[in-house]
Amino acid sequence: MSQPFRLAAGGLIDRGRPLSFRFEGRDYRGYAGDTLASALLANGVRLVGRSFKYHRPRGILGFGPEESNALMQLGTGARAAPNLRATEIRLHDGLEAKAVNCWPNVRFDVGGVNNLLSRFLAAGFYYKTFMWPHWHVYEGVIRRAAGLGKAPKAADPDRYENRFAHCDVLVVGSGPAGLAAARAAAGTGQRVILAEQDHVLGGRLRWDGGEIDGLAADRWADEAIAALGAMPNVRILPNTAVTGYFDHDALAMIEAVSGDDPAAPAQLPRYRQWQVRAGRVVLAAGAIERPLVFPGNDRPGVMLASAVRHYLARYGVRAGNRAVIFTNNDEAYRTAIAFHAAGGTVAAVVDTRADVDPAVAASVETLGIRLLRGASVVATRGAKALRDVAVRRADGGTLRLACDLLAMSGGSNPNVGLFSQSGGRLAFDEQLTAFRPAQSVQNERSVGAAAGLRTLDEALASGHAAGAGDGAAPRATDAHPAAEITACWRIDAPGKAFVDMQNDVSADDIGLAARESYRSVEHLKRYTTLGMASDQGKTSNVNALAIMAGLTGQGIAETGTTRFRFPFVPVALGAFAGRAHGELLRPLRRLALHDRHVALGAIMEDYGWLRPSAYPRAGETRFEAEQREARAVRDGVGIFDGSPLGKIEVRGPDAARLLDFIYASTMSTLKVGKVRYGLMLNELGVVIDDGVCARLGEDHFLVGASSAGADRIAAWLEEWLQCEFVDHDVLVAPVTTSWSVVTLTGPHARDLLAEAGASFPLGPEAFPHMSFQEGMVAGIEARVMRVSYTGETSYEINVPTGRTAELWDVLMRLGGRYGLTPIGIDAWNLLRLEKGYLHIGADTDGTTTPLNIGWDHVLRRKGDFVGKRSLMLALHRDPARLQFVGLRAEGTEPLPIGAHLVRGKGADRASDGFVTSSAYSPVFGRGVALALVHGGTGRIGETVALEHDGRRLTATIAQPTLYDPEGARLNG
Amino acid sequence: MLQISCPWCGPRDEIEFRCGGQSHVIRPGPPEEVDDATWGRYLSEKINPRGDHLERWLHAAGCRRWFNVARDTATHRIRAVYHMVEAAPAIGDEGSAR
Repeated sequence: MSQPFRLAAGGLIDRGRPLSFRFEGRDYRGYAGDTLASALLANGVRLVGRSFKYHRPRGILGFGPEESNALMQLGTGARAAPNLRATEIRLHDGLEAKAVNCWPNVRFDVGGVNNLLSRFLAAGFYYKTFMWPHWHVYEGVIRRAAGLGKAPKAADPDRYENRFAHCDVLVVGSGPAGLAAARAAAGTGQRVILAEQDHVLGGRLRWDGGEIDGLAADRWADEAIAALGAMPNVRILPNTAVTGYFDHDALAMIEAVSGDDPAAPAQLPRYRQWQVRAGRVVLAAGAIERPLVFPGNDRPGVMLASAVRHYLARYGVRAGNRAVIFTNNDEAYRTAIAFHAAGGTVAAVVDTRADVDPAVAASVETLGIRLLRGASVVATRGAKALRDVAVRRADGGTLRLACDLLAMSGGSNPNVGLFSQSGGRLAFDEQLTAFRPAQSVQNERSVGAAAGLRTLDEALASGHAAGAGDGAAPRATDAHPAAEITACWRIDAPGKAFVDMQNDVSADDIGLAARESYRSVEHLKRYTTLGMASDQGKTSNVNALAIMAGLTGQGIAETGTTRFRFPFVPVALGAFAGRAHGELLRPLRRLALHDRHVALGAIMEDYGWLRPSAYPRAGETRFEAEQREARAVRDGVGIFDGSPLGKIEVRGPDAARLLDFIYASTMSTLKVGKVRYGLMLNELGVVIDDGVCARLGEDHFLVGASSAGADRIAAWLEEWLQCEFVDHDVLVAPVTTSWSVVTLTGPHARDLLAEAGASFPLGPEAFPHMSFQEGMVAGIEARVMRVSYTGETSYEINVPTGRTAELWDVLMRLGGRYGLTPIGIDAWNLLRLEKGYLHIGADTDGTTTPLNIGWDHVLRRKGDFVGKRSLMLALHRDPARLQFVGLRAEGTEPLPIGAHLVRGKGADRASDGFVTSSAYSPVFGRGVALALVHGGTGRIGETVALEHDGRRLTATIAQPTLYDPEGARLNG
Repeated sequence: MLQISCPWCGPRDEIEFRCGGQSHVIRPGPPEEVDDATWGRYLSEKINPRGDHLERWLHAAGCRRWFNVARDTATHRIRAVYHMVEAAPAIGDEGSAR
């Protein structure tokens, strides 16, 4: 198939490698080196999308990340990628693209009816028009009609990576200024990263002519790039957009590795996100041309003048046959000259300025191109492609000019996004009619067009200086003079003149916002949605605030800009996640006995560690397994893997002093070889953890934390020690993972342990409840604590983690005759619930103090401890405070966790407390629960009403300890 | 992403650290001699200046040592890093750029 707008020669494309592609169901041809945008233009495709709100036909506007119209949907199924800019999609063979936001297709779009309704859809319409009976009635329909591409529903199958890097100098952009900077910096041996968003390096040197040090600009670029590529201290990253500038010169970059090329090797990531810490940063990000704001400026065939020049030089594509150039500055004249030279007809150059520099005027008039001074385009015509434009001449008369291309230029905006993100202050430059960097906060320097410099020579000089190298800067030996400009923010003529094409915000919408007092730029943005589309207002923001400044009579500088935000270009969400998803979301911690648990058929669940919840046998439900395991502990003996329990060794002459302060209980009175239960509070008096503390020696304690609190409590001790008690002679060592814990619990626990062989006496007198022994168990070095969370005789056997399996295997082998049963977390929780033992985080929350859980005696303790002063506040001693109690459910069904006790009726109805833990107890044959109840301690025996999800329930308040309240089994 | 110079490990990314808030806070006591208002101020009233702020940081994913940092809250310039036991330094106009 022919490419009618492709030139016979020129451009960085390979005419020997034709590629087929499909757009909106039709087949086309392009060449290797094309973007989708250049290939579409080569084929004469003008209509490439429908606008967001009004579904107006739109064509390609720009040539890079600023593109607001040509948004594409690529791929299908899970690999569908919405809203990609055609100007950045590298053409590959077999590429299939669809326009977004149109149905059934871009040429015939039902949603186009919105354009006819546009007077009801002005800025803020959803606050005003669709309000009866309620906005939500209309919201669904309107949101479907006004949308962009479709995100895939399936999980993303592609790979993404994250990578960190450091460098002395990060150069953003590889145009003349960027290359000069990179060369200068690299020459002194500094580590340089050169990031370029395009896959071709060189920026403007590739398409805007000029001569440097006697070489054609693109030849100079080739040589500079080759020289940099040969240096070991330089990393060149094409396809890499710098998206964010954060504190202390930390920058984010997104590298399209395979991007959307299906032919890329499967092992390559699609995108790689870089996080770079730079010694300093050279911002050579160039500038983006502004559209002019006139009626019909969004018709397909209206393009940025720089884009027309770019497609000619870079891709050998002439974007039309007959062009009108519309400008307020000198630079667009170069587009007229280039278009003419490429065999196109320039119908006229329409310049809003009455006075044009004679040399500039002559540059087109000598070619026979008509120049209309002081003139403006005031209308465009053509249903799906531009047919002609109406021009208002300086004398007030109008004429029509037939054309299929209108190249417009309203001046250029330096790309100050990254500079602004870095915290730098912008200034409005009247001569440039744009904002440029004014005052730095971080270690960065803007150079070239990004600094508002207008000539090639200035770009090279500024880049070289920022690179801080040796020798002389490269010199432009033949280049264009600085382009003069006269501001022109809006053509005064009737009709819809678009400012933000992607979000369909017109100049009239800005007028409406001004009339309705949304005049601050931040209000303007949110009221009209201006600059909030995926292009982030790259072509629209400055025009908009200048128009607002004109309406309010304020200066542009006073009106100011909205804050520039990360990311500079849209980033696929997968790139942020990198590999951190699925199993790699965070490190999964596996127990030393993991394989043993799995072999026993355990249900393994993530509790911070992968732990057995229950060990169901064949045909058994999880609930049945829990009940059987719990019964086995009451009747025989159970074995439980408690390895995640927090273990922190605290040692030193001041260890007891420190622990007296950290615990709400006194630990200094604990005798060596004994164990004491304690609560830890924060300074608000709130319980943050509980556990047992063993005194291993006069100056040596083993602090037990809950499994969830292991890391947190170790850090908590360190914080007090290092920040408050700097004079204490204490060491804190978290040893949680050094020791595994195998717990034997049940009436036969002692018999089994004796059979396994212990080097210390096990009788209840020699080794009573709440004491500690160190020695050998089954030939393995062990620390054994007689503490119990089940209410039965229990031994927590700590052994070095490397020997856990050895111990487990011995116990399992010997345990058969005692009915030894592995028990999971479910049964463990049930057993402690029957016993009325607290589970921090389940029975307590971020407001629970010791005075809520029956520990009123801590107030009588002498001396200070963490949180004590807070407990002395009257509010914590209120007799009606929540208090920890047990509940016996009426009937056999357990109470739902979270059910509320309810008191009062009608308007006085209020919560009287709530269920914190609940289960079916095989011992009691009914539901048992723990609860926090207002004034609960004084209400034992009271029958109370509960509600949950509309259900009404009845229960009786009881002591928390339902099972073996005398502790006979515990101490036996 | 701040870059903080741990006095023990050298410059590291912010993700390795945890900020513990305002430093040099005197804990009132003993509890029986502290009135409610004083205790309330200790718990809740932290300064929130625009400009230099003395705060304590923990190198949580490194040496696990606490230390003090003088940071400008407006620019994030870190003006000084010093040990827990040191007095707050006098901060001049010049400081580290990081």
